Amino acid sequence: MATTKTKPQCFQEIILRLQNYWAEKGCAVMQPYDMEVGAGTFHPATTLRSLGSQPWAAAYVQPSRRPTDGRYGENPNRLQHYYQYQVLIKPSPPNLQELYLGSLEAIGIDMELHDIRFVEDDWESPTLGAWGLGWEVWCDGMEVSQFTYFQQVGGHDCKPVSGELTYGLERLAMYVLGVDHVMDMPFNAPDAPIALTYGDVFKQTEEEYARWNFDTANTDVLLRHFEEAEEECRMILDQAYDDPKTGKRIIMAHPAYDQCIKASHLFNLLDARGVISVTERQAYIGRVRALAKLCADAFVQTAAAGWTPEGDAA
Amino acid sequence: MPDLLIELFSEEIPARMQTRAAEDLKKLVTDGLVEAGLTYAGAAALSTPRRLTLAVEGLLAQSPDTREERKGPKVGAPDKAIEGFLRGAGVTRDQLEERETPKGAVYFATIEKKGRPAAEIIAEVLENAIRNFPWPKSMRWGSGSLRWVRPLHSILCILSEEAGATVVPLDVDGITSGDTTEGHRFMAPGRFAVTGFADYEAKLKAAKVILSPAERADHIWADAQSAAFAQGMEIVEDKGLLAEVAGLVEWPIVLMGDIAEDFIHLPPEVLQTSMREHQKFFSVKNPKTDRIEKFITVANRETADHGATILAGNQKVLFARLADAKFFWENDIRVAEAGGQPWLDSLANVTFHNKLGTQADRIDRIAAMARALAPSVNADAGLVEKAARWAKADLSSEMVYEFPELQGLMGKYYAAPAGYSIEVADAALEHYSPLGPSDDVPSAPVSVAVAMADKLDTLTGFWAIDEKPTGSKDPFALRRAALGVIRLVLDNNLRVELDKLFDAQLLRHEIALNEDGESRAALLRDLDNEIADHGVFGAAIRTILDHFDGDLSKHLSEVKDSLPAVARDLLSFFHDRLKVYLRDKGIRHDVIDACLAMPGNDDLTLLVKRAEALATFLSTEDGENLIQGVKRASNILAQAEEKDGVEYSYGADVKFAEDDSEKALFAALDAAEAAITPAMETEDFAAAMTAMAALRAPIDAFFEAVQINADNQVIRRNRLNLLSRIRMICGGVADLSRIEG
Repeated sequence: MATTKTKPQCFQEIILRLQNYWAEKGCAVMQPYDMEVGAGTFHPATTLRSLGSQPWAAAYVQPSRRPTDGRYGENPNRLQHYYQYQVLIKPSPPNLQELYLGSLEAIGIDMELHDIRFVEDDWESPTLGAWGLGWEVWCDGMEVSQFTYFQQVGGHDCKPVSGELTYGLERLAMYVLGVDHVMDMPFNAPDAPIALTYGDVFKQTEEEYARWNFDTANTDVLLRHFEEAEEECRMILDQAYDDPKTGKRIIMAHPAYDQCIKASHLFNLLDARGVISVTERQAYIGRVRALAKLCADAFVQTAAAGWTPEGDAA
Repeated sequence: MPDLLIELFSEEIPARMQTRAAEDLKKLVTDGLVEAGLTYAGAAALSTPRRLTLAVEGLLAQSPDTREERKGPKVGAPDKAIEGFLRGAGVTRDQLEERETPKGAVYFATIEKKGRPAAEIIAEVLENAIRNFPWPKSMRWGSGSLRWVRPLHSILCILSEEAGATVVPLDVDGITSGDTTEGHRFMAPGRFAVTGFADYEAKLKAAKVILSPAERADHIWADAQSAAFAQGMEIVEDKGLLAEVAGLVEWPIVLMGDIAEDFIHLPPEVLQTSMREHQKFFSVKNPKTDRIEKFITVANRETADHGATILAGNQKVLFARLADAKFFWENDIRVAEAGGQPWLDSLANVTFHNKLGTQADRIDRIAAMARALAPSVNADAGLVEKAARWAKADLSSEMVYEFPELQGLMGKYYAAPAGYSIEVADAALEHYSPLGPSDDVPSAPVSVAVAMADKLDTLTGFWAIDEKPTGSKDPFALRRAALGVIRLVLDNNLRVELDKLFDAQLLRHEIALNEDGESRAALLRDLDNEIADHGVFGAAIRTILDHFDGDLSKHLSEVKDSLPAVARDLLSFFHDRLKVYLRDKGIRHDVIDACLAMPGNDDLTLLVKRAEALATFLSTEDGENLIQGVKRASNILAQAEEKDGVEYSYGADVKFAEDDSEKALFAALDAAEAAITPAMETEDFAAAMTAMAALRAPIDAFFEAVQINADNQVIRRNRLNLLSRIRMICGGVADLSRIEG
């Protein structure tokens, strides 16, 4: 299994190699979801597509926001905005571990020199009503990925089961590139005419968002938006399945789910502003989970989840 | 006789589950085999991160034939009954045999079962074991519905004899059995066939897999020790970590690395916890400096660079982790040096339990109780209160937020910079003790007071809101807390009246729970103060009565509502825990019951002293016989009292004594009473018991010689009154009627 692959030079090369690798393995290489989310799992290509009977294989980069993790760009590896690489394959193939290890080789980790370990780590998302079993993958003692077999999403059993891989891109790249501070990491090729570091791209935004997240965001507005998103989500799902205008069966699971994502992010912002007490926290998480469940209930009634009129009749 | 080898090969099994799972596999399979008639000579269960293995030696090649005779209906019984019998027995009518019995002719069936080949039975038993495996958590994968801890990839199942090995055919949801397995994921990929256990174990070793967890652990420990020894260092022993690490690797390679100079001045527990929790590293100590200066990590493979890359990577991760720990430590020290007030303040925002208020509320209550306890432990009340208030401060520190298991310890470290004495520092660490039955019990007075108050507050709190342990459910570890109090009291010979402490602390909870009703809270506060000062009765009740003029019935009902009704229930919970504790120390439950029935049973030290003396007494011949005599006296007395409708209690007079033995008993009782009364006053139970033992011979002689129910009523009454003296004098030591046997 010795590899002669060259080491990547910069952050974007690692992303490109992952994209190529998973494209070669037959995944639909998708684009990031165009909304603020806390993790790649929130992308409907994972959350919703892991439900129902239809096969699925997708890979994508997802910018992720965790307002409470902001450190004004000063911490070597904590960011309020970072990238995850996400792979979801349904049903999970029997060789998913080998496929995953292949992706590590693709980004320049030499299996002959490194120590890769699958260490128990069960995944649970209280906001999505989801859980699965799997591991955190260690490379020389560092967690480089999360590997999960989804068992339940939005309160529904996953049948078939999806295999999900999540790579924390900055951390993985820093390790592969041997960089100690995220802001020092080359973003594009170091010998490019205009060479940019991660800091050139993101140092200022980390500062700006940290200030906004922690001190400036108007909590009354955030609270109002949270409630509006919740209301809108329920309103969308309250509509009859059959569209009176077209006469077609159109269940608006995705638009409703957008509102759920919004509510979730607004909750994260409120949390960062420190206006949510310990007891309220659970209540807010419960409200988002209720939305996620409604969206999942709706999605499994759609063709994308394998719903057919015949199946419904039977 | 053939040997059986089974291997269930899967993706990585969580380390903490492997040993148990291998044992479960052994039990499920061997139980199933034996039940089907297949006995065996021996069985061994082994595991690695990717496989559970079972080796069964000397298995029967087939189960023995069986023959069973079954009695059926009478000859001439209705057809329906006969058909039912035939179905049940699995025979036809012409196979039935008619036999004469004393009840007439009856059908008999002989059911003969041919033995079955081992392979057939194994296949059934193994499939059943796989489908019903008791994983703590299991999952589905792909499109299947089979559950396993992680995806199951292959089943090796072979029977081997001298002639060779055969695969036991088996198919579980598309996974068919075979005779092949895989070696190390990275160092020896690819499948290979095996012919039996020895071949399997040897080929695995050649393929860089050590099959036995114990061998892996030994290997790790030996290599780690020699690596440390070579540098003049020693490993900090950690059996739990060793077992876990042995479950994370198939081919352990020990690597030792340095902890950067920046970090070796952190408290050793911080280094150790950070390294163990996050990285599963062993700590390596320099005995000369007593500091942790190196770490040991266990890799799962050999590399061309002898682990240099792996070690460098691990070192880098550790650096980042310890940089965090150092950051927390430095920030915490800054807060501590300024007195630590922000920590105490922020505990007002930390909920302890949604009904029992914040940690700050809790600290107030604990401080109050600790003060009350101070005289019992001979500690200064002011110092005790200070310690109680500092004890939980570290819960707000950054270090404890990151590593909750360092609570208490950090409080100890931060006490000195915050300007507290060593007693306060020790109490911060020790007040959580004892945690388990084998944990050390604190003995420093300040620590004891805070430890008692902490546990009693938890217990009374959850009793006040009716969250008591039920059955196996004890989410707040209240049984452990009660045992902790018991051990604190007994080990330190403390004389405390638990009842009074319960009442006082329950009232403090009541005050908190009734905060909205201000007048009631004020009443409770007064009541609480009175109880703290004077006990439950007297002044406390007067306080209530003084609180209102007139309307006494209302006041009395207030008193009833206010006096904590659950104190009694909590005390009996303590008594139950105490029984369990003393039973483990060899004191019978009836002995404890006999002592529990006596006054002052909330003073555990007194209670146990009495129980120990009684247990010793009962183990002597005199003791055992005396109990019989006392019981006999009580029984005769009870019968006579029932018959006569009076209580015989007083007035036995020696002048009515006729028999010498009767006179002797009078004298013996006088002597015993004269010895027992002062002994009881000084709580010298052993002396009291010895004095009681002297009664044995006179009582026995008395019953031997004298008829209690004499014809002469004066003499009869006198004798009954004499028996009642026995009951009274012995009953003052313990309630002997509760002694069994």
